[in-house]
Amino acid sequence: MDFLRPARWEEALAAKAEHPAAVPIAGGTDVMVEINFDHRRPSHLLDLTRVTELYTWQDAGDRVRLGAAVPYARVIERLAGELPGLALAARTVGSPQIRNRGSVGGNLGAASPAGDSHPALLAAGAEVEAESVRGTRLIPVEEFYTGVKRNALAPDELIRAVHVRKATGPQQFSKVGTRNAMVIAVCAFALALHPDTRTVRTGIGSAAPTPVRARTAEDFLNAALAEARCWDTGAPVPPAVAAEFARLASAACRPIDDVRGSAAYRRHAVGVMARRTLAWAWEQHTTGEGTARCA
Amino acid sequence: MRVNVTVNGRPRQADDVWEGESLLYLLRERLGLPGSKNACEQGECGSCTVRLDGVPVCACLVAAGQAHGRDVVTVEGLAARAGAAEGHLSPVQQAFVDAGAVQCGFCTPGLLVAADDLLERDPDPSDADIREALSGNLCRCTGYEKILDAVRLAAARTARSGQGA
Ligand SMILES: Cc1cc2nc3c(=O)[nH]c(=O)nc-3n(C[C@H](O)[C@H](O)[C@H](O)COP(=O)(O)OP(=O)(O)OC[C@H]3O[C@@H](n4cnc5c(N)ncnc54)[C@H](O)[C@@H]3O)c2cc1C
Ligand code: FES
Ligand code: FES
Repeated sequence: MDFLRPARWEEALAAKAEHPAAVPIAGGTDVMVEINFDHRRPSHLLDLTRVTELYTWQDAGDRVRLGAAVPYARVIERLAGELPGLALAARTVGSPQIRNRGSVGGNLGAASPAGDSHPALLAAGAEVEAESVRGTRLIPVEEFYTGVKRNALAPDELIRAVHVRKATGPQQFSKVGTRNAMVIAVCAFALALHPDTRTVRTGIGSAAPTPVRARTAEDFLNAALAEARCWDTGAPVPPAVAAEFARLASAACRPIDDVRGSAAYRRHAVGVMARRTLAWAWEQHTTGEGTARCA
Repeated sequence: MRVNVTVNGRPRQADDVWEGESLLYLLRERLGLPGSKNACEQGECGSCTVRLDGVPVCACLVAAGQAHGRDVVTVEGLAARAGAAEGHLSPVQQAFVDAGAVQCGFCTPGLLVAADDLLERDPDPSDADIREALSGNLCRCTGYEKILDAVRLAAARTARSGQGA
């Protein structure tokens, strides 16, 4: 095994082009487990922890350009104002030790259906900035997850950053597990209100082969809220609308039975979380709380 | 490969380090510092917790090569870091002994590093803060109550000695 230690981003891209099978390692909270348990023996480890720009973020107008290796702890401390959904999701990751190392870029690299960033990114709206020596492209996060633990990166590409739309309204995240810490999601649900476009977006985790949006549920809810003039009046979401939204969110799942939970339980729980996160977010929206949650 | 790393304030060097090796292995097997414990090697138990450039991390999930040129503090370094005289314990360590927070002791080094970090950031943590800060450290013996007592005791003693100074 070779340990590649690029000091600059251009060197990292050149190394990945030269050794497409090299395994990038940032926080190492996925990669090291695989190596410790002999599940992976890459020819090259490509250490990204010296590439300082991966640990920075920039204000990019209506987006935050979040460096791939920024640890969850920093997202929670510094970005909860602009990216409240992602910060809420980050709070549920592992433990303090894991949040000090683990990153959104690593979560995307691993592309586990249970990764907690994914529902929040789907609901907020995000694009993955993938770069290689050939150039840069922005991949809508919906198109980034291509299968169980598979993503859209080409062998010579690295994730430079993820561009996440800043919240224009309340965002919520909910996760089912056996305790508050150190839990891989049985299933998870994220919801973001976008008052600027009068739309609601969602993300489902751990209840399908990839993280997915509940698009039919979103379309139904967007039409129903418009029809009931809820955005204009600030009236509560009619219970029948919330119930149908929950049913459609459940229907968007394609879960499996596994050690963490049955498919039927996951489908049920996603419906419950959909209804609850909608109620919480709508309450924040209509009472004016939540959007100005301080960083 | 060769790894140079500062451990507990001293520059250390190790040669022939395997590229896939963890910082935990480097500390225990190459640098003669067995204080950090290896219980799971998958980040679940926290018994390998060390500070890397000041930040608590699971040493089992840091590649040894990633620690090159960095600063590591292990449980062996806590007393000196707290300014304790040679042969004496740091306030957090002493509180663990006094509160009966140590049974088999396997989880203790990781808990000490995590608790030490908490009290440095927040000298007067609430119970919820203590639980949160220690949520990545498992103990199979104590039932955690005495561990919470120990952290409260360390906080109270530090506050008292701070007032006296
Ligand atoms: C005890 C424990 C608890 C955990 N709990 C949770 C949890 O609650 N929720 C959750 O979602 N996850 C959890 N995880 C998994 C893990 O912490 C996350 O997936 C984390 O986001 C990984 O980030 P990292 O920087 O450590 O990635 P790494 O381990 O460094 O890398 C992960 C993957 O991404 C690739 N990669 C990393 N950076 C890049 C890049 N810039 N470009 C291209 N590819 C890249 C790597 O090659 C690898 O395939 C847990 C892990 C452990 C050990
Ligand atoms: S040995 Fe590292 S967390 Fe358990
Ligand atoms: S004292 Fe035995 S594991 Fe904690």
